[in-house]
Amino acid sequence: MRTLPHDVELSPTEADAVDVEFAISGDTQAFERLYRRHVGRMQGLARWLLGHDDVEDVLQEIFLRVWEKLHTFKGQAAFRTWLHRLATNVILRRREERSTRQNRHSGTELELDRTPGDRMTPELKVDIEAAVGRLPEKAREVFVLHDMAGYKHDEIGTMLGISAGTSRSQLHHARMALRAYFEA
Amino acid sequence: MSDHWTERLSAYVDGELEAGERDALEKHLAGCEQCRAVLKQLHGVKAWAEGYAGQPPRADIWPRIAATIRQRQEGAVVEDIQVARRRRRRPSIRVPYAIAAGIALAAVAGGSWWLARATAPQPEPQVVAAFAPTTGRSPELAILAAEKYGGAIAELERALMLGQSRLDTATVRVVQEKLAVIDRAIAEARRALAKDPNSSYLADHFASMMRRKLALLRNAAVVAGPRS
Repeated sequence: MRTLPHDVELSPTEADAVDVEFAISGDTQAFERLYRRHVGRMQGLARWLLGHDDVEDVLQEIFLRVWEKLHTFKGQAAFRTWLHRLATNVILRRREERSTRQNRHSGTELELDRTPGDRMTPELKVDIEAAVGRLPEKAREVFVLHDMAGYKHDEIGTMLGISAGTSRSQLHHARMALRAYFEA
Repeated sequence: MSDHWTERLSAYVDGELEAGERDALEKHLAGCEQCRAVLKQLHGVKAWAEGYAGQPPRADIWPRIAATIRQRQEGAVVEDIQVARRRRRRPSIRVPYAIAAGIALAAVAGGSWWLARATAPQPEPQVVAAFAPTTGRSPELAILAAEKYGGAIAELERALMLGQSRLDTATVRVVQEKLAVIDRAIAEARRALAKDPNSSYLADHFASMMRRKLALLRNAAVVAGPRS
């Protein structure tokens, strides 16, 4: 049987695959490594799709759901792709619940759109992350779902109740708004 | 640069343009410096999004997650014990043998499948699919994972030996029988892998058996561990 040298360097994808194997067997340290490797990106996803209020709660829900469902991960896709799908489902469901709750209590639409700078603090550097947060609601959602979570336009259309064409157009507007941060 | 072309740049970046439109855009790009600059920036935006690592939450939420997982693991073990005790009260059912037989069936099903597969390629039988290990990973990764299980297994075996006096005899017997079945499956997988080291399936099967042993030992060690 072949063996691998113990000091073998693994890529992040390979490290994920090994840690997934351990975590499925109940190894919480391996699961913590997966958590630490991905929590930052998941926080961005949650913040940009949900707003700031529920982010920590939703992150906890995401990773507990990952722990429960990890044995269903078959390894055909990268763990990151699988994680994005699971996280997006949790976030969108949470958003729907919040919307229903708000509608019931106030009778008004949930205000998801944020005007430029209304969440900014003096400490927060004006950088591309902040710029993503300042994008118009639909453009931001499409950008996050397409370019970060890896969904196709027809899937995004179904999720957000818009056409695939509108999704394409919103993505283009979002990218055009963010392009100034990158060298031409 | 015109709106007509810039509006198509995102679709171009994503490889979504039809061949004719793509060719026309590329022709335009060859002569339009502004559009080339925008295209480069759009590639930058897309690459940033793909590689975005983000920031961890300000308050570390891992302790909360770990505590909830621990509670659930302990809850699952308690539930397993309660189920085993309820079954033990029924005189007509030999629970330990039934569990061991279940695992043996799974292991034999898996083993039979690769033996049959080695002699004649055939579609994957449904019964095996239920126990099939994860697929799609390289044999090296699966073997690496399995090797790393070895250390954890040895530690847990020691912990279990020390805590064995805290378990009742029926539980010890069930654990030992399950371990014996899994060990046979591991040995069989190891032999098969020595003959066919490039087989992703065998490597996954081997890792899966090691994982099963690790999970069994972990659960047993939780039950046998010192009460806090």
